[in-house]
Amino acid sequence: MLDLILSIYAIPVINILVKIVAILVPLLLTVAYFTYIERKVIGYMQARIGPNRVGPRGWLQPIADAMKLMFKEIIFPSGANKVLFIIAPTLAIATALAAWAVIPFGAEMVLADINVALLYILAMTSVGVYGVILAGWASNSKYAMMSTLRTAAQVVSYEIAMGFALVGVVMAARSLNIGEIVMGQSGSGIWGWYMWPLLPLFVIYFVSGVAETNRAPFDVAEGESEIVAGFHVEYSGILFAIFFLAEYANMILISILAALLFMGGWLSPFEGISFLGLGSSFLAASSIIWLLAKTAIFMFLFLWFRATFPRYRYDQIMRLGWKVFIPVTIVWIYVVGIMYYAELAPWFVKG
Amino acid sequence: METIVFYVFSAFMVLSALMVITVNNPVRAAFFLVLTFFASAAIWLLLEAEFLAVILIIVYVGAVMVLFLFVVMMLDINIAELKAGFVKNLPLAVLVALAMFGTILFVVVGGDQFGIDNFAPPARHAADYSNISELGQLLYTEYVYSFEIAAVILLVGIIAAISLTLRRRPNTRHQKVEEQVAVKSEDRLRVVKLEPHARKEERK
Repeated sequence: MLDLILSIYAIPVINILVKIVAILVPLLLTVAYFTYIERKVIGYMQARIGPNRVGPRGWLQPIADAMKLMFKEIIFPSGANKVLFIIAPTLAIATALAAWAVIPFGAEMVLADINVALLYILAMTSVGVYGVILAGWASNSKYAMMSTLRTAAQVVSYEIAMGFALVGVVMAARSLNIGEIVMGQSGSGIWGWYMWPLLPLFVIYFVSGVAETNRAPFDVAEGESEIVAGFHVEYSGILFAIFFLAEYANMILISILAALLFMGGWLSPFEGISFLGLGSSFLAASSIIWLLAKTAIFMFLFLWFRATFPRYRYDQIMRLGWKVFIPVTIVWIYVVGIMYYAELAPWFVKG
Repeated sequence: METIVFYVFSAFMVLSALMVITVNNPVRAAFFLVLTFFASAAIWLLLEAEFLAVILIIVYVGAVMVLFLFVVMMLDINIAELKAGFVKNLPLAVLVALAMFGTILFVVVGGDQFGIDNFAPPARHAADYSNISELGQLLYTEYVYSFEIAAVILLVGIIAAISLTLRRRPNTRHQKVEEQVAVKSEDRLRVVKLEPHARKEERK
């Protein structure tokens, strides 16, 4: 009897737990070193050195930051709603990490291979905004409240543009499963990727992703010059660190999704290309390295944006989302429909 | 196993639904409503309706409730004022509640057309069964007209909502973003050639 229970429940559960750890530990390490790379990259862009005190060339800086935040006191503002104050960062990190369950890292490397993967990710990112809303409301602070209202409006607006951009991908791949979307781009190397026929949607997706994660230049939610630090102004110590983790995990999620949906994921750009015999060399093999390299490009773009652009004004953000992005996506969805019926090679050939 | 999951989420749903109407603070009530939506999404997942479950979360939790909270947080609601007529209105409220409960009970257990006994339990599907493609097939073939009518009604709703709230105020001096975006450096910047001063002459 015990053996039966073990074989039915325990072993699959342990199997899943091991997979979750195998995703989360590298992810959290990436987040930690992403913050270091961000400070370094922006430092070099601004002709500074960036962190270089802790460890050789500052490599231990994120560890030191994490230790400092862990041992700092958590301060509850007077009149704050304590329960919601603690639930808010938990909700932010939970949804940011839960979305990774459906991300495939290779043809067979996926934790949950579900049919509605893309919708699931949209659902998780849209629930993530509750972390911000709860934080702002539970803090009992004017600045946090202002930030909450800004974030709610911004995220809801850009979710529409992002959803429409993803509709184009779904139309091209005829599937919501991310693994199938990647395989739909296979066969002709870099030209088979969906970024070519869906170029406007690709750009809109990534810019909306930047807006969704409240990163510069769309970071009115934490505009330092106006509302101090936005929704997490009252947070300190580990609770603040959790918000930080969630934001960076979301940035990496947007990056890896851009790589998977528009740039062929783990497929090699040289696959099936006859030029110089590249299509048959070892470079043509698809592997997780390609996926990570493509993701790194988008992660770098996030930092580049932050170092380059001044912050958008609030009405400009709303105008860009509603009056530019949404009309463009709707028009391009029709164009995708035409390309679909024209069976435009190599993207829309029915298998 | 499945029964346990069902009862856990049903208990969650009923409890949080109760909290929605009993909790004092309107913002907390809205959050309990979010929890109710989550629990019902989980129950839909048990029914193998994964598309509907995820859509429920995206639309209701992700969009509708966010706007709801947006409004509720901005309101200054006096709870004592709201509770003023509680005892006076109680009999009527109980009557309405009983009537609604009776109707639901009739639909679930009784009647010739209704009742659990009149419907077969939903069939189990294999792991590769796709709820979405099935739904898409039905929506765009058999129910295409009702689908389109629903879309048109939604569109009319959007237009009505916008035209109700649209106020044209030509006198306000708001920024015209189009002009700001279209501006070129020549419009703002004028390069003036100045003759150099003859300084040495002046010093003399």
